[in-house]
Amino acid sequence: MSFVLNEEEQMLRDSARSFLTETAPVTAFRKLRDENNPDGFSRDLWLSMAEMGWTGILVEEDHGGADFGVFAAGLLLQEMGRTLTPSPFLSTAVLAATALRVAGSEAQKAKWLPKIVSGETVIGFAVDERARHNPEHINTTAKKQGNGLVLNGTKRFVANGAAADAVIVVARNEDGAPCLVLVDCNQKGVTRKARRTVDSHLPADFTFEDVTLDGDALLDGADNTEGALKHILDVGRACIAAESLGVAEQAFDVTIDYIKEREQFGVPIASFQGLQHRAAHLLSEIEMARSIVMKALRTLDETPSQAPIWAAAAKAKATAVSRLATSEGIQMFGGVGMTDEYDIGLYYKRAQAAGEFLGDDAWGAGQVANLSGY
Amino acid sequence: MSLDTFRTETRAWLEANCPPGMRVPAKGEADICWGGRNWTFASDDQRIWLERMAERGWTVPTWPKEYGGGGLSKEEGFILKEEMKAMKARSPLDSFGIWMLGPALLKYGSEEQKREHLPKIARGEIRWCQGYSEPGAGSDLASLRTKGVLDGDEYVINGQKVWTSYADKSDWIFALVRTEADAPKHLGISFILIDMDTPGVSTKPIKLISGKSPFCETFFDDVRAPVSNVVGKPGQGWDIAKYLLSHERAGIVSDAVSGGLNPVGAAHLAGEVDEKGRIADPILRGDVARLTIDALAFESTLRRVKDEADKGEGVGAKASILKYVGTELNKRRHELNMSALGSDGLLWEGEKEEDGEAARSWLRSRANSIEGGTSEIQLNIVAKRVLELPGT
Repeated sequence: MSFVLNEEEQMLRDSARSFLTETAPVTAFRKLRDENNPDGFSRDLWLSMAEMGWTGILVEEDHGGADFGVFAAGLLLQEMGRTLTPSPFLSTAVLAATALRVAGSEAQKAKWLPKIVSGETVIGFAVDERARHNPEHINTTAKKQGNGLVLNGTKRFVANGAAADAVIVVARNEDGAPCLVLVDCNQKGVTRKARRTVDSHLPADFTFEDVTLDGDALLDGADNTEGALKHILDVGRACIAAESLGVAEQAFDVTIDYIKEREQFGVPIASFQGLQHRAAHLLSEIEMARSIVMKALRTLDETPSQAPIWAAAAKAKATAVSRLATSEGIQMFGGVGMTDEYDIGLYYKRAQAAGEFLGDDAWGAGQVANLSGY
Repeated sequence: MSLDTFRTETRAWLEANCPPGMRVPAKGEADICWGGRNWTFASDDQRIWLERMAERGWTVPTWPKEYGGGGLSKEEGFILKEEMKAMKARSPLDSFGIWMLGPALLKYGSEEQKREHLPKIARGEIRWCQGYSEPGAGSDLASLRTKGVLDGDEYVINGQKVWTSYADKSDWIFALVRTEADAPKHLGISFILIDMDTPGVSTKPIKLISGKSPFCETFFDDVRAPVSNVVGKPGQGWDIAKYLLSHERAGIVSDAVSGGLNPVGAAHLAGEVDEKGRIADPILRGDVARLTIDALAFESTLRRVKDEADKGEGVGAKASILKYVGTELNKRRHELNMSALGSDGLLWEGEKEEDGEAARSWLRSRANSIEGGTSEIQLNIVAKRVLELPGT
């Protein structure tokens, strides 16, 4: 397992960085926010991502993807974290694509994956039903009815829910075992309510009331759906951890630039030891987060059976470090850090929301304890 | 040989050669093998293990074979470490010669110095200590005043060192000595190897809050050392010291993720676990989990820095980040050990040899963020050299 980027990965990261800083800088995110964009992201940008092959990064070549791996997906999200770029990448190209890959039948893959790759379909991944993440708390049911299914339940804060054409729903079957159901959002009995969040993203709450589905809505291609679900969530966790890392890195970079420039008492405030030690501590923490996020992403690609503890630990560390980096950022910016005009507050808000997604640091710590057997 | 083959063969060799007594965790200081002229082995197993490993060069697996090393690549060295960890094999030999002097000699030493000193370090025949700090030179190490005056082809050395770990048990010392009195602070220092048996060298132990202590004061009264014992050039001592400090930092940090008691083991020892083996106090369990996360992140960072070094990126000031994070982590581990042990952890001495060990290790760990450059010095280095923040 290598902790350095190979040439291909480096090229991917460099091209993503230049593309995003040119096409989707923070000013673009502000524009989406200020014009109250009903999707919460730019459809044009999403199509550009499809053109560049990003949407197919976890899709097998047979279905038109690039099949570049989880590590590569993480690299892209890290860059999107730096520019605060909202897009359905995580929900559709990571979570939904992985779900179809590991739990979809050949027919389901052939039907949906090309639509993900082309950028024409946005698919949400609906797991949580309560305020805090917990994939064990599933009360939504998908029970057999004739040749089909009937779905009942509610899901909260489904990422990209406002724009989603379909959602993959984690439910329980008639035996109480977890199952995955792909539901078209226009299906009768599906209602959704978009929720504007603090980071200006647009997830949605979904209610499923006696939604009757064909049998092929059930993703039943995996031998062990419960294991597949854990893997999908771990991929999602490692990837959102990479985004949090990008948020932390960029927040830190702009903060360091600022304290080198800002003068008080006739000197740059970066010359004060009170700030220097905090900055050095922050860098140390970011380095730790970077290593463990890389480790989790690589482990998912190379030895997925060992990934659970790394995904949980990386998620916890990246959550804590991104929140620390952005809150320290506001403090070091001082008064202007509290203004909407400066970007640091936007990073702070995104760190909070990304940290919550698929389990925060406290949740990750609990997982690590469980998985370590203490 | 492919790495997989190497792993298989290494595992088989370790299985066949690591004595049973060396496959249980070291209980305390007495179980660690330091070697040296006056070393008494704690057991036959300890002796056999050292001999077998030294024979293969695996006490210093990545040093070149001609100097007593194993000639392994970094990747192979890592596999060896993993395999030893998997079977809970103890380190066959620990020493400042391995961690610090060896790397400095490999980089700066003359061919003669390497051939003379490295194989003896590898075989555990000579035990080294480090003479850096002085009573008036701690964080400001370069202000050191121990003086060496040239007399023919010898230096005559006078002065005092402090915090010399195991000076009273060591055979040789590598010391920083001011040999050019008129040169600027950082340029007048030489790195000199001194036999502790030389007349004029004396040591005095220092008692610490942890009770027993490895530390000594070391005195030099007209001690004569040949000029050929200077490593590198006279006046180059500060560069070598900085290089070596980064290895000392690496040595200190390796403590943070390996060896010794951990809070989970401590909770079991104290009987503070539930029927499922979970730490009974839920808040403590959470604290331990956060420590585990940070330890995993730190371990990953050590791997990453190694990979980056293999690719040609210097470790440089990043060693300061490792030292800072690793030592703070180790202190946290010991604090949590003490929490998990509860009143059992307060024991100072008892019938068994390991009684009091937890408290003493905990107290000893406080020094981790002081020795080898304090945490604050590391943060200064990171601020200045990595972040390039302006000085006041």
